[in-house]
Amino acid sequence: VGTVDPSVNGFDPQEILRDFDWGTTRRTATGRTIREWELVAQDKEIEVAPGVKYAAWTYNGRVPGPTLRCREGEDLRVRFVNGSAHPHTVHFHGIHTAGNDGTPGVGRGNIMPGESFIYQFGAEPFGFHRYHCHTNPLADHIAKGLYGAFIVDPRDGRPEADELVLVQNGFDTNFDRTNEIYAVNTVAFAYTERPIQVKRGELVRLYVLNILEFDLVNSFHVHGNFFNRFPTGTSLQPVELTDTIIQGQGQRDVLELRFPFTGKYMFHAHVSEFAELGWMGFFEVVD
Amino acid sequence: MHSDAAVDRPRAAWLSGLLPLALLGAAIAVFLALGAPGLERRGIPVEEVAVANTVLLPGEIRLELRNDGPDSVALAQAIVNDRFVPFTQSDAAIGRLEGAEVAIEYPWIEGENYEIALLTSTGGTVVAEIEAATATPQSDAGFLGLMALIGVYVGVIPVAIGMFWLPFVRRIDTRWVQFLLALTVGLLVFLGIDAMLEGVELAGQGPQAFGGSALVFLGAIVSYLALAGIDVWVRKRTETARAAGRGGFALALLIALGIGLHNLGEGLAIGSAYSLGALALGATLIVGFALHNTTEGLAIVAPMADERPSLVRLVGLGLLAGAPVILGAWIGATAYDASLSAFLFGLGAGAIAQVVVQLAPSIRDRAGRVLHPLAVGGVITGLALMYVTGLAISI
Repeated sequence: VGTVDPSVNGFDPQEILRDFDWGTTRRTATGRTIREWELVAQDKEIEVAPGVKYAAWTYNGRVPGPTLRCREGEDLRVRFVNGSAHPHTVHFHGIHTAGNDGTPGVGRGNIMPGESFIYQFGAEPFGFHRYHCHTNPLADHIAKGLYGAFIVDPRDGRPEADELVLVQNGFDTNFDRTNEIYAVNTVAFAYTERPIQVKRGELVRLYVLNILEFDLVNSFHVHGNFFNRFPTGTSLQPVELTDTIIQGQGQRDVLELRFPFTGKYMFHAHVSEFAELGWMGFFEVVD
Repeated sequence: MHSDAAVDRPRAAWLSGLLPLALLGAAIAVFLALGAPGLERRGIPVEEVAVANTVLLPGEIRLELRNDGPDSVALAQAIVNDRFVPFTQSDAAIGRLEGAEVAIEYPWIEGENYEIALLTSTGGTVVAEIEAATATPQSDAGFLGLMALIGVYVGVIPVAIGMFWLPFVRRIDTRWVQFLLALTVGLLVFLGIDAMLEGVELAGQGPQAFGGSALVFLGAIVSYLALAGIDVWVRKRTETARAAGRGGFALALLIALGIGLHNLGEGLAIGSAYSLGALALGATLIVGFALHNTTEGLAIVAPMADERPSLVRLVGLGLLAGAPVILGAWIGATAYDASLSAFLFGLGAGAIAQVVVQLAPSIRDRAGRVLHPLAVGGVITGLALMYVTGLAISI
């Protein structure tokens, strides 16, 4: 019932879809590319459903955090500043050294409030990954909003497409270890209110990540269409053509499809309970 | 001069009595005007909202809420069985002690269970559970008639039948009349305990803002004291007319009143159970109540062994004891309120306790003892009778 005004949260689910943060780059004398970002942990109250406020922990003031994007083989540096009142880390999924893993008790471990740390690692393997806080209690640190998508493009890129990031999340607003609200990109029913506009016949690439806590599985289903599935995005060959996928906690897929007809097509978790608690939306296919 | 001073003195005394109140008022005003200096609120607002009543209409679920907590609560979303649903509310925010109504559009299905969660602006939940959903009866003439019929079946008729023990009571030996009076005490003690337990149970279910279980005890004390006061007042007025002893009719009247208050509570329970669809309205229930309440008729006539009350008086006593079931059933089914019901049960229990105290002198033996073997036997028989017939009833 009702809508969430994006200006209240300071971020808009419509913009999160296509907002890729490439950071800043510089080249070394040896010709390598160094890509750098800054992530700042901030405690922030956000509106997760119309009228329902949630005391979130965020990276850079948004949930999910910025979608960090880079190319295979680059040198990455993520400066993390803890502006929150609690200790946090940034743990990347990828191939890297133990000291840059963002695990408590390993290397720098927890970054205390007011402190900062620079995580350094190489962009590998190419695919669709994620980052999140790994401080204990882990489920809480993730569920409160400290997560984001992390995309490593293949060296030669992927075919040109309209790319969209869909982070499946949820919120336990009354702290009973079950979620009251489910969503893609945080705001319940955001894409029911304002459908995602795509062009007929154009290749659409979906980066679908399940970050949900407290529920073991999540799923993604699109109406009136089938898509090619690239699990974790680590291969350029799809493994199947389907219309529904199941994702466990932390699982992610790159999905590619073209809409042959115009009109409104629903997408939702085929865990119907989640769908009716906020995780549903529409693609609006236009010419 | 002299007389003026005499008038002034009590007035001055009264004014001096108001002084602390005036100071208190001024202190509160200053405290509030300064914004409660030195005190800072810790933590997030406390949200305690009780669901006082659930009403099921075709395609709609209504919740009557009461804010039990210290802070105002704003409801943002409604969830029925894990699904966000459209709803309307009477107030955007519910203040402390305030009530509010929420109307949820939902195609509920007869006989199914529903879990409703109202999400507040802070993400907290107010939960209501509906078991075996059934439409809440609307208070039209047919429904009120049905409740009246139930009241007549379980209240008026059994009590009236029980009163036909009057000729028997008149003919038997005084000692056996004492036994019957003792039995009456047993019946009443059982009803009193029953009323207290029912009241406390109901008070625990509803909103606690108005005192919860304390209401039962307050009700009991109030009615006990009120009846004691009335009794003394009535006795003063009739002292000259009746030189010796307690009037049998006056005692019967008190007993009828006490039983009537108890039966009001019984009616509330029947009515609310019916409206929730939890009452198996069958022959067993009616027969059970009839057996149970017939003994109440005996309790009313037992003190009138030496009297020849007019038919009008007897009918009046019977109605006083039995008819409140009808009233209770109406209230219970249409305007049920757990706090009010708990208070009424308390009133019934207090009245019964007062009646027991009034009855006690009538069972004295020649030596002036109340608890002689025959009386003890009577009380225990009365308790047993109520217990056994009570087993036939379950609401």
